Amino acid sequence: MMRTRFQQQMEDLREKLLRMGGLAELAVDRATQAYTERDLTRCQLVLENESLINAAEREIDEMAFDILATQQPAATDLRFILAVTKINADLERVGDQAVNIAERVMDLIELPAVELPVDIPRMATAVSAMVRRALESFVEGKAELAQAVLEMDHVVDRMRDEAFIMLVRKMNEEPQVTQQALDALLVARNLERVADHATNISEDVIFWVLGADVRHHAQAASAAQRPERSEA
Amino acid sequence: MPDTDSNTAAGFVPQSSIPQISIPPISLRRRVMDHVMTGVAVLTVALVLLPLFAIFAYLVYKGIGSINLAFLTQIPKPPGEPGGGMANAIVGSMVILAIASLLGVPLGIGAGIFLSEYGRNRYGDIVRFVSDVLNGVPSIVIGIVAYGLVVMRQKHFSALAGGVALAIMMVPTIARTTEQMLLLVPQAIREAAYGLGVSRWRTTLSITLRTATSGVITGVMLAFARVAGETAPLLFTAFGNQYWNWRTDQPTAALSLQIFTYAISPFDEWHRQAWAGALVLIVLIVGAVAAVRIAVKHGTLAGA
Amino acid sequence: MGVGITVEHLNAFYGKTQALFDINIAVLANHATALIGPSGCGKSTFIRCLNRMHETIPEARVDGKVLIGDLSVYNGTSATQLRRRVGMVFQKANPFPTMSIYDNVAAGLKLNGFRNRKQLDEVVHKSLHNSALWDEVKDHLHKKSGASLSGGQQQRLCIARALAVQPEVLLMDEPCSALDPISTGKIEELIFQLKEQYTIVIVTHNMQQAARVAEFTGFFLLGKMIEFDKTEKIFTNPSDKRTEDYVTGRFG
Repeated sequence: MMRTRFQQQMEDLREKLLRMGGLAELAVDRATQAYTERDLTRCQLVLENESLINAAEREIDEMAFDILATQQPAATDLRFILAVTKINADLERVGDQAVNIAERVMDLIELPAVELPVDIPRMATAVSAMVRRALESFVEGKAELAQAVLEMDHVVDRMRDEAFIMLVRKMNEEPQVTQQALDALLVARNLERVADHATNISEDVIFWVLGADVRHHAQAASAAQRPERSEA
Repeated sequence: MPDTDSNTAAGFVPQSSIPQISIPPISLRRRVMDHVMTGVAVLTVALVLLPLFAIFAYLVYKGIGSINLAFLTQIPKPPGEPGGGMANAIVGSMVILAIASLLGVPLGIGAGIFLSEYGRNRYGDIVRFVSDVLNGVPSIVIGIVAYGLVVMRQKHFSALAGGVALAIMMVPTIARTTEQMLLLVPQAIREAAYGLGVSRWRTTLSITLRTATSGVITGVMLAFARVAGETAPLLFTAFGNQYWNWRTDQPTAALSLQIFTYAISPFDEWHRQAWAGALVLIVLIVGAVAAVRIAVKHGTLAGA
Repeated sequence: MGVGITVEHLNAFYGKTQALFDINIAVLANHATALIGPSGCGKSTFIRCLNRMHETIPEARVDGKVLIGDLSVYNGTSATQLRRRVGMVFQKANPFPTMSIYDNVAAGLKLNGFRNRKQLDEVVHKSLHNSALWDEVKDHLHKKSGASLSGGQQQRLCIARALAVQPEVLLMDEPCSALDPISTGKIEELIFQLKEQYTIVIVTHNMQQAARVAEFTGFFLLGKMIEFDKTEKIFTNPSDKRTEDYVTGRFG
């Protein structure tokens, strides 16, 4: 096989991105556990690990940039690098969302615990599964796995919408828990954002594997056709 | 893709490493040998050039004394009378060589073109073989051929017959050098012309031959210089003449013939004139070759 | 203006060896089409079939149909007539070494019997201008030989020479393979501008070059055309695995 060094660089890039994916996933899990268990230590862990994620993001960008500049990748390799840079940005945002959740939790821990009409752990499980599967689809290079993540996004969206309705009603009925309800609402929103990033990652994986753009309701079925980029 | 990448690959295991060997420093013997061989090369050049200069110096030494205006403007005097010159022989040589070149150069170049552009086959091989054989035929035999071809038919000796004999001698040299020079022209140059929609014969004449011009001219000058001093083929063709002759169908004097006649005569005066004639002949040949070279160089573009 | 090229069932041979197998392709007028593939894949043979240069090699022959515009290449057209309409630029710059810059450009017209001095001057000027060489050579058109120019200039001189006979199609056989990146850049820029007036078919070993200059790219392998598509498609998402392996450098 030719271009061994190039293959090695691509493999290194892939591994770096996977490790970063692991960090982001861990951050979300810790933040949601901290919510359920009102655990300040976990919140602090999330805040501390944020700098690791940021460093990994920069490193991956540099590697991708280096490969683009020196190796002139084409076809599947080119799509892979483009996908990696975008997934990289999404993972960094996932880390940010985890930090946001952790900050909400720290706020909640200060307040008296109250019963809220929202199942954050269930939503967290779904979102976490999405992130994990998106990363799996990247590891395996399987578009079908990524496609499944896209479908799960609707479920999480509905959970968020339900949480909004219920929490707003709760605030109206019991104004004294408004602060807690607002924090929970924000956590729900942050989780939904994480799901959106998982969706983006899946779309990038599909683009890499099939060469097809499935963003913004373009159909995966059009994979065989030339991808027409439109941001409409 | 640069496949050199694979050489620097991480995790690349060379199949077999180049064995470590020690290359000895250059020994004294080899250094001495180097100088010796250089010396030998210089010496051989000197050995080649020496006879040339020796001949020329001897000719000047022997002949210069007899060269004067009379020698260059008068015709020979009868034996025993002092003075006289070789004017008619100088002009006669020029006429014969002009005729030879007029016949031999186009024929030789034409044959060369055939050999290089169309003769990459059995017919070409036959022509090449015949041409090489012709090159080796003794010049006196060629004189006899011209005698048979021209003199017998015209019933008398002539400048034309001399020219034909020399032309036959020029053809093989010109043909083979032209062939070689045309073969040196890169195929890409021909393709460039074909690519412009230029026909094959036009390409050969205007592009290939033109590109090889200087080499072809060298070949022509080589052939010219070789036949200019020939005596044997002229013996029974141009024959020689003690008087002025301006007609190409009459016996004509030539320098080489005149030198031959004078050299074998018993008169000292004629011997001296023979030396002078030889000097004039050499100067004329060198002058003609140099003139053509200068003319070619002058017509060449900067950087060509 | 350029014309399109249609090739149907083209086979080419060198003696008994078949070099091209059943090539079918439609080249759009006024576009650049690049042909890529490993050495010996037949891409050079293919473009040499388009102007019947292939048959100048002994024992080479061709069958199939080639249309340049509406002119049938292998059916009743003389090779010289055809080549005036289909210009060619070769891998190694090959200016006529004994000719001046002016004569090099004018050669195609002069050797085809065109003698009008005034019009020749104009054509030479325009051709050198269009090949982006005019400013560099205008002061010594007659004094300097074509061979005295630098490699990149020589190649642009050859392009000017091809343009002077006013072809409709310009075939380029690895025109930049012997040039440095700056000269290559100039020629690529030139190809981009020439597209407006000519149909360009370019053979190249440099895949980035194909990606930069051509709208369409064909991939040749072992005498067959494996894939022909828009250039972006070939370089971002080719349909055939072999094309993918070649453009990503996994080939071999």
